[in-house]
Amino acid sequence: MLDSYLPILTLIIIAVGFSFGAAILSRLVGEKKPSTVKLAPYECGMPPVGSARERFSIKFYIIAMLFIVFDIEVVFMYPWAVMFKSLGLFGFIEMGVFILILLVGYAYVWKKGALEWE
Amino acid sequence: MNEMLISLALILVKLGLIFGVVLTMAAYLVLAERKILGRMQLRYGPNRIGPGGMIEPMCDVIKLITKEDFIPDRADKWVFLFAPGLTALTALLSFAVVPFAPPLTLFGREIPMVVCDLNIGLLYIFGLSSLAVYGVVLGGWASNSKYSLLGAMRGLAQLLSYELALGLALVPVVMSAKSFSLTEIVMAQSTWPNILQHPLAFIIFMISVTAESKRTPFDMPEAENEIVAGFHTEYSGMRLGLFFVGEYSNLIVIGAMTTVFFLGGWHGPFLPPVVWFIMKVLFVAFIFIWMRGSMPRPRYDQLMHFGWKVLIPLALLNVVVSGAIRIALN
Repeated sequence: MLDSYLPILTLIIIAVGFSFGAAILSRLVGEKKPSTVKLAPYECGMPPVGSARERFSIKFYIIAMLFIVFDIEVVFMYPWAVMFKSLGLFGFIEMGVFILILLVGYAYVWKKGALEWE
Repeated sequence: MNEMLISLALILVKLGLIFGVVLTMAAYLVLAERKILGRMQLRYGPNRIGPGGMIEPMCDVIKLITKEDFIPDRADKWVFLFAPGLTALTALLSFAVVPFAPPLTLFGREIPMVVCDLNIGLLYIFGLSSLAVYGVVLGGWASNSKYSLLGAMRGLAQLLSYELALGLALVPVVMSAKSFSLTEIVMAQSTWPNILQHPLAFIIFMISVTAESKRTPFDMPEAENEIVAGFHTEYSGMRLGLFFVGEYSNLIVIGAMTTVFFLGGWHGPFLPPVVWFIMKVLFVAFIFIWMRGSMPRPRYDQLMHFGWKVLIPLALLNVVVSGAIRIALN
């Protein structure tokens, strides 16, 4: 069981080594001439105004929340899809009910205007 | 003991091969993209260094490594350093489960032509593509620059939204393969590829995978004429390079995924399976470059509307309809 994950572990080690190695090599070889202007955040050549971490539109957070709800529902569909043949008509109707419940939530979200971007 | 050593050596050989091939392909995809885009816009594209610009990718790597790699004053140092590696890592790790040829019998041993044929291969790829969001968001947030943050937030919402449609589009594929293992998904397509069985799923998959790749027409996270360079505005040197390694390896991952899930994997007449596999992957990559050469960028609200109000209901409908057809045929 654990055997089958050994290659992935090896790949993780190689890939981490590659990405860190490349970045560290660049730090060692690359030039270093920092200046205050260079280290300031880029704002098209103007002196930066205020902090970047201002208030942000709530839309993005709502999308993230909706994602969690819907993604978990999608995850439930996967075991069903693998066992589709053996579950047969019964499983299909069960999943139909599940999708119907999902659709009620989806309609509510739509009605509430969570999917509107202006 | 001997047996274990041989398996370990095999793993290392396969890993080295895949790593080398993928990184070389990623480097040359950059050149291919610039060449093809150049031709599409009636230019030559890069042709100075080497015959037809063939040495250009090597020079790019040397340039990126020798450039100054600085950390902006206001940046969150450790997160800033860590994020690009994460992007490259998630793309590179996906190759572990991609089968590129049927099992080979050599000296009486059956050698599967995949680094690791996980029985949950599809879920593994999903997990990694979810993790890919972190590279974008952490990179953009840690930069502490307005453009970076805008790009990161756009990227976050876009990747999350289209991942749902992506997940739903693959449910019918799992239904016909009855397995999460990528090898078995390919085996199930020996008579005809999934693109003919599930054409709607293929279209949904292609659209959402384009959004996942953050490439034109869905390149709002880095839209250069709106928000400079989006989430990687503040990056320089090899760290910027790692974002590009991530992006272009991801393009190959997407090519491989499309090939495995819909185009029948290594199946094909006359030519050896590996050749078919690579040809299909490159063909999908070419389509992505072609799209970049011919499509305008929609507005962000249009993108979100399309994802949530068209693609997700369509994908759900597709799951129900293909399930119903399957039940009716039995």
